Amino acid sequence: MVTKQGQLADPGAIGAALDSAHRTDWGRLLALLTRQLGTLDLAEEALQEAFMVAVTAWQRKGVPDNPAAWLLTAARRRAFDRLRRDRVLRSKLPLLVEPDRQPGPEEAEEMSTIPDLRLRLLFTCCHPALALDSRVALTLRCVAGLSTAEISRAFLVGEATMAARITRAKKKIAAAGIPYREPSDAELPDRLAGVLAVLYLVFNEGYAASAGDVAIRHDLCEEAIRLSRVLVALAPDEPEALGLLALMLLQHARRDARIDAAGRLVLLPDQDRSRWDHAAVGEAVALLGRPAPQAGLGPYRLQAAIAVRHCTAERPEDTDWAAIATLYAGLEAATGSPIVRLNRAVAVAEATGPAAGLSMVEGLTGELAGYHLLHSTRAELLRRLGRAAEAVAAYRRALELATSPADRELIVRRLAELGAG
Amino acid sequence: MQYMFLIYGDETAQSTPEQEQQMGAAHGAYWQMLHDHGVVRGGERLHASGTATVLRRPAEADERLVTDGPFTETKEQLGGYYVVECADLDKALEYARQLPLATGGAVEVRPVNPSMSVDEPG
Repeated sequence: MVTKQGQLADPGAIGAALDSAHRTDWGRLLALLTRQLGTLDLAEEALQEAFMVAVTAWQRKGVPDNPAAWLLTAARRRAFDRLRRDRVLRSKLPLLVEPDRQPGPEEAEEMSTIPDLRLRLLFTCCHPALALDSRVALTLRCVAGLSTAEISRAFLVGEATMAARITRAKKKIAAAGIPYREPSDAELPDRLAGVLAVLYLVFNEGYAASAGDVAIRHDLCEEAIRLSRVLVALAPDEPEALGLLALMLLQHARRDARIDAAGRLVLLPDQDRSRWDHAAVGEAVALLGRPAPQAGLGPYRLQAAIAVRHCTAERPEDTDWAAIATLYAGLEAATGSPIVRLNRAVAVAEATGPAAGLSMVEGLTGELAGYHLLHSTRAELLRRLGRAAEAVAAYRRALELATSPADRELIVRRLAELGAG
Repeated sequence: MQYMFLIYGDETAQSTPEQEQQMGAAHGAYWQMLHDHGVVRGGERLHASGTATVLRRPAEADERLVTDGPFTETKEQLGGYYVVECADLDKALEYARQLPLATGGAVEVRPVNPSMSVDEPG
């Protein structure tokens, strides 16, 4: 292994090199080790140990030229030592199933020629036979390299509970023979949808909640974006993967303008558009400019197309609501979701007037009776139509159903504006 | 790997003799398909849970308490099983998906634990 022998061991530089290796290489190294060792569990343990021994080794010898290759060699050595020690046990170990396994040693120095197997790892972690919360936790642990402590903080779950959840999932992968491979072309659409759902769930966990540690929640959004970039890089022809990445970039671009100095939620028309991340918006627009399939757009691509219409309007009044209403109609047809219909009603109200929007909303009062946004949307449209008493009643119903402090605060403000605080 | 497909269903649901016969024929065809693929390792239909006898070991002492009835008195009861041999869970789920099921029924796919298997004598 080549190291910069003369370089002084600076603890700060070593910490930074390890952090950077952890962020950029964890998933890739784990995916590779899993293929070579046959079990995810052993691979993860060995890689974790390699990061630990790197601290002292790099202090003595300096940071290696290729930290990822160093870590791979160290992890592999540790894993094979353990396998030798546990040879008897090894024969009993339930191996991770890898049908197209190619034997033969890989040279660590050839990191650049080693195939990126993170996609395989991602499909294993997001397998439909695992519980949804386990898929999310495993993906963050194994592919993104977050620690169990970080994941448990982000999801407001005790660390022991989260550790047990991850252990249980890994056990099931090994015992039930969940395969470590990329799905066949026939399986791909279903399985890809499952991966995208997990990534969007990670993103929304960071985006939607205004409670909890803001920094950690921003991290979650950024992890989801990072993993989507990996997915897009490894499967560049999947329009829904592109759509999801663009959608996340567009939503995340508005993060600083969504919350005011007092920590209150700011709705889209009231946001300071100069505080949007216009570089991210530009990247999303470019992603969506790539050719789309003929056979209609998928739900993520449609949502991204809607978000683009919002993010590229210079002022709220420049928003192309008619185009947005049409896109929502497509999204409603693709998903059949009543919540999408509610959003479509809002766009219709903006494009053609509150009465048209309200009549669509009235058709949803049965299905979405327990959803606070149904009532606050209805209230807003009633207010615009000058039906103040009905608007107040609808806002009060929304207030009974809303749980997030930011949502509640907004409704209270609206009630006060109607003179009914 | 071997997987057991445990078939659960509502025993109280009434079925006509025609439905019974159809289900029997469907399982016959399913068995044949598994056999043609060379993956079937076993499988039987079970009598209703009312015919079951349970032996419990209530205490540390090596005694068995014999009682009438199934292990759990739930509406959904085990009605039969298959054992299939395939490469991984995805393949097993592909076979399980084709298993004939009555409306409201369910099939549980459980991996066989090889470290617990007993070597056959001889």
